[in-house]
Amino acid sequence: MNSRNPAIARRDFLKVSVAASGGLLIGFHFPGIGKLSAQQAATSSFMPNAFVRIGTDERVTVIVNHSEMGQGVYTSLPMLLAEELDADWTKVGYESAPVDPKYNHPAFGMQMTGGSSSVWSGLEQFRQAGAAARAMLIAAAAQQWNVDASSCRTESGAVLTGSDRKLSYGHLAAAAAKLTPPAKVQLKDPKTFKLIGKPIKRLDTPDKLNGRVEFGIDVKLPGMLTAVIARPPIFAAKMKTVDDARARSMPGVRKIVAIPAGIAVVADTFWQAKTARDALRVEWDEGSMRDFDTSKMMQDFRERAKTPGTSVRKDGDAEAAFAGAAKKLEAVYEVPYLSHLMMEPLNCTVDLKADSCEVWTGSQFQTIDRANAAKAAGLPPEKVQLHTTFLGGGFGRRANPASDFTVEAVHVAKAAGAPVKVIWTREDDMAGGWYRPAFLHAIAGGVDASGNAVSWRSRLVGQSIMAGTPFAAMMMKGKAYDPASVEGVDDLPYSIPNVTVESHQAEIAVPVQWWRSVGHSHTAFAVECFVDELAALAGKDPYQFRRALLQKQPRHLGVLDLAAQKAGWDKPLPPGMGRGIAVHFAFASYSAHVAEVSVKDNQVRVHRMVCAIDCGQYVNPNIIQAQAEGGAIFGASAALFQELTFANGRLQQTNFHTFPVMRINECPEIETHIVENNEKSGGIGEPGVPCAAPAIANAIFAATGKRIRKLPIRITEAV
Amino acid sequence: MTAFTVNGKKVELEVDPSTPLLWVVRENLGLTGTKFGCGMAQCGACTVHINGEAVRSCVAPVSRAEGKSVTTIEGLSPDLSNPLQRAWIEEDVPQCGYCQSGQLMSAAVLLRDKPNPSDDDIDAAMTGNICRCGTYPRIRRAIHRAAEMAAKAGAR
Repeated sequence: MNSRNPAIARRDFLKVSVAASGGLLIGFHFPGIGKLSAQQAATSSFMPNAFVRIGTDERVTVIVNHSEMGQGVYTSLPMLLAEELDADWTKVGYESAPVDPKYNHPAFGMQMTGGSSSVWSGLEQFRQAGAAARAMLIAAAAQQWNVDASSCRTESGAVLTGSDRKLSYGHLAAAAAKLTPPAKVQLKDPKTFKLIGKPIKRLDTPDKLNGRVEFGIDVKLPGMLTAVIARPPIFAAKMKTVDDARARSMPGVRKIVAIPAGIAVVADTFWQAKTARDALRVEWDEGSMRDFDTSKMMQDFRERAKTPGTSVRKDGDAEAAFAGAAKKLEAVYEVPYLSHLMMEPLNCTVDLKADSCEVWTGSQFQTIDRANAAKAAGLPPEKVQLHTTFLGGGFGRRANPASDFTVEAVHVAKAAGAPVKVIWTREDDMAGGWYRPAFLHAIAGGVDASGNAVSWRSRLVGQSIMAGTPFAAMMMKGKAYDPASVEGVDDLPYSIPNVTVESHQAEIAVPVQWWRSVGHSHTAFAVECFVDELAALAGKDPYQFRRALLQKQPRHLGVLDLAAQKAGWDKPLPPGMGRGIAVHFAFASYSAHVAEVSVKDNQVRVHRMVCAIDCGQYVNPNIIQAQAEGGAIFGASAALFQELTFANGRLQQTNFHTFPVMRINECPEIETHIVENNEKSGGIGEPGVPCAAPAIANAIFAATGKRIRKLPIRITEAV
Repeated sequence: MTAFTVNGKKVELEVDPSTPLLWVVRENLGLTGTKFGCGMAQCGACTVHINGEAVRSCVAPVSRAEGKSVTTIEGLSPDLSNPLQRAWIEEDVPQCGYCQSGQLMSAAVLLRDKPNPSDDDIDAAMTGNICRCGTYPRIRRAIHRAAEMAAKAGAR
C-alpha cells in the first residue's frame, strides 16, 4: 500500500499521538506471557496470555479487545484464536477486555475500535495467542504421557497421541498453567483452516433474541439514579439563568446541578428525570452560532470553491488540459451534516467513590475515555475501571476524542453522590453534535476528441474532523489539510494524466466526527457521479468508461467486473428503470455496487443492489455479507433521506420522523459477492457504505436523464 | 396502584400512571430487553404485546396495561424455542442487536395473524421497526423461515 493510503495515514497518526500524549505502549506486543499463568493456576483455569482462558470445565473464553457494535468481532476474533488452538467451537465464548495497554490496537497504539480494522489488526495477535495456548496444552499432555511433544496432535479441544490416547483441554488446563509459554510458535498453513474462511454463525446471536444481552443503557447498579441533561440548544451557547423551581418539586427528583455540559436533572427514574428536565426554564446566552444557517453555509462553500485551495495532489497540469479539452464539464456536489443515529441513544453509567471510579458504557475509544474520565474525576487513570458493554450501534459516534458522553456522566456522578446513569433522549442525541461534516466538491473535467479523460480538478470545502482535537498535530503531520477530508479523492484511481485535488478547510463551531466510512462517505459520491458524467460527455457506457481508466488497477477492475456481471449490466430493463454503477477503495478493501432504480412521481425506489467486495483474505463470509448488506442500506439511507439542517443556530431535525432511516418496505434486494484471493486482509465495516449513494444517483440518471448533485436525493432538484 | 400481568406473573406497582409502560418494564420490573429508541413510536424498539397486540410501549402510559396481560421479549420464549427465535438464529439476523427485541415482537403478531405471510404482509407489519444496522434482508428471510418451521411443527 502506498503512502497515500488514508487508512495507513490514520494509523500512523494515532500511534504517534497517543504515545506523545500518554506514553502508552505502541505496536505489536504479545501480552501477559508468563505473568498470569501462575496466578491463574489457583483459579482452576489456564490463562496462557491476555486473550484466552481455558477452564477445567472445557470452556474456552476469548478476551476481545474490540467493541462489539454489530460488526461481529465477538465471533470473528474468537474464530482466529480457536482456529490455532484447535478448540471445540461449541465450547468457545467471548468476554470484553478491560482497559489495559496489553489490549491496545496493534496498529493504533491505543485501545479502540474503528477504521474497519479489528480483524486485520487482530489476525496475528489472536492467532499467535491461540497457537501459544495450544503449544502449552500439548506440552502438558506430553509430560503426563511421558512422550515427545512432537508425537502429539490436537483436535476439537483435545490433545491426542497414538491411536487411543486423548486428553481434553479442560483436563490439561491446570497442568498447562504451570508451564512457561513458548517464545515462538508455528502458525497453521491456511490450507488446513477449519474455521477461518467459513460462514460461521455469530456467537452473540442467541443472547440478542431474548433480552439477555446487556447494552450500556441496560446497566443496573444498586441505588443507581438516572440523569437527563439540558444541553445548550445552539452550539457555543452558554447558560445564563435557570429557573428550576417547578422541576425541583417534581416527584423523584434528587438533584439539579449545573455541569460544564449543561444542567443535569438527577432522579430516581428516567421518566422522572426527563419530565423534570423538560420543566426547566433555561435562558441561554446564544453566543457566536446564534445565526448559523446551513443554506448560507453552503453558499459560502460555493464561493470558496471558486478560489484555489490547499494543494493535495497535482499530477500534470489540469488547468491547461481542461482549457484544451474537446469537451468539458463542471459540476458541484453537495452533502449535508449527518447524524450517526445509533439505535441505542448515548448513555453512560458512573459509580464514583473517593478513590475509585467505575464506568460502564458502549465505548469505541477505551484508552481515551478512561483517561478523560480520570481527569474529570480527579483520579489517576489506573483508578478508573471502564467496562465496555455491548454497543447498540457505534458508526464512529462512540469514538469521541473529547469523550463527551463519558466525561459529563462523571461530572453528574460527582454531584449525585450515588451511582448514576446519564441517558440521552433521541432528540438530545441528534442535537448533540459530532456529525459527519457537510461537504462541497466542485469538480471540473475534460475529455479529448476520442472521448478519453484528460483532466480532473476537485476542490473540496468542508470542516476538518481532526483540527482542534488532540489528534490534529500528528494526524495532519504539518499538512495544511485534513487527510480524512480528502480520502477517496486524493487517491483517485483513474488513469487521467492531469489531476489536481485542492482542499478548503471550513471553520465552523459545529462539532464533527468520523461517521461510518468518514471522508469516503462523500468523496465516493462526488467522484463516482462525476466519472459517470464524464462517461456521458464522452458518449461512452459508464461501466466500460471506468474499465478503460482502471486498466492499471486490477483490484478495482475485479470488483467492478464482478458487480457488473452479477447484475447483468447489459440486460435491458423495463422502461422507467435505470441501472447505475460505482467503484471505490476504502479501508484497505475494494467495493463496487450496481443499483437498479425506478422513478415515479419524483419518488425514487431502489429495487436491487449488487455489491462486490474484495477485502483480501477473509475470516467469516457470513459476517462480511451482513456488513456489506448493512453498509449498502446505511449508505442508501443517507442518500435517499438524511440531512441535518440548521436555522437560527438551531437544528431543525429531532427524531426519526425528520431524519428518516430506510425501513424494510423501502429496502431493496441486496446481493453480495466476495472476491476470492490471497491478498492482505482489509476492512469490511465501512467499505460497503461509500458506493451506495453514487450507484443510486447514477441509476437515476440512467432512468430519467437527470443528474443528482446533492444529497439527500430530491428529483425536483436534479439537473 | 397499577396492577397487570407481565410474562405470566402478576405485578402491582406504585407508579405515576402516565409513565410510559417502557420505563416501568425496564426500570421498575428490571426487564431491560425492551429498548428505548425514539420515545415517539417511530422506531419500534420498544414493541411489547398487550393482550397479544403489538404496542409501542414508549408512548403507552402504564395505565393502558391495567388489568391486562403484557408480554415482553423475555416472555416470548426464554429458551429460544419460538420459531421466530430459531429462524433468527438460522439466518443469523442480528448485528448490534438493539432493535431485535422489537422486531421479534412485531413479527410474532404478524405470524399469529398471517401464518404464511407474503413479502407485502411483511412490509406492512414490520415497517414500524427500524434497524440501523440494516438487517432487513435477513429479517425477511427469517420470517419466511419461521413460518415454514411453524407450519411443519403444526403438520406433525
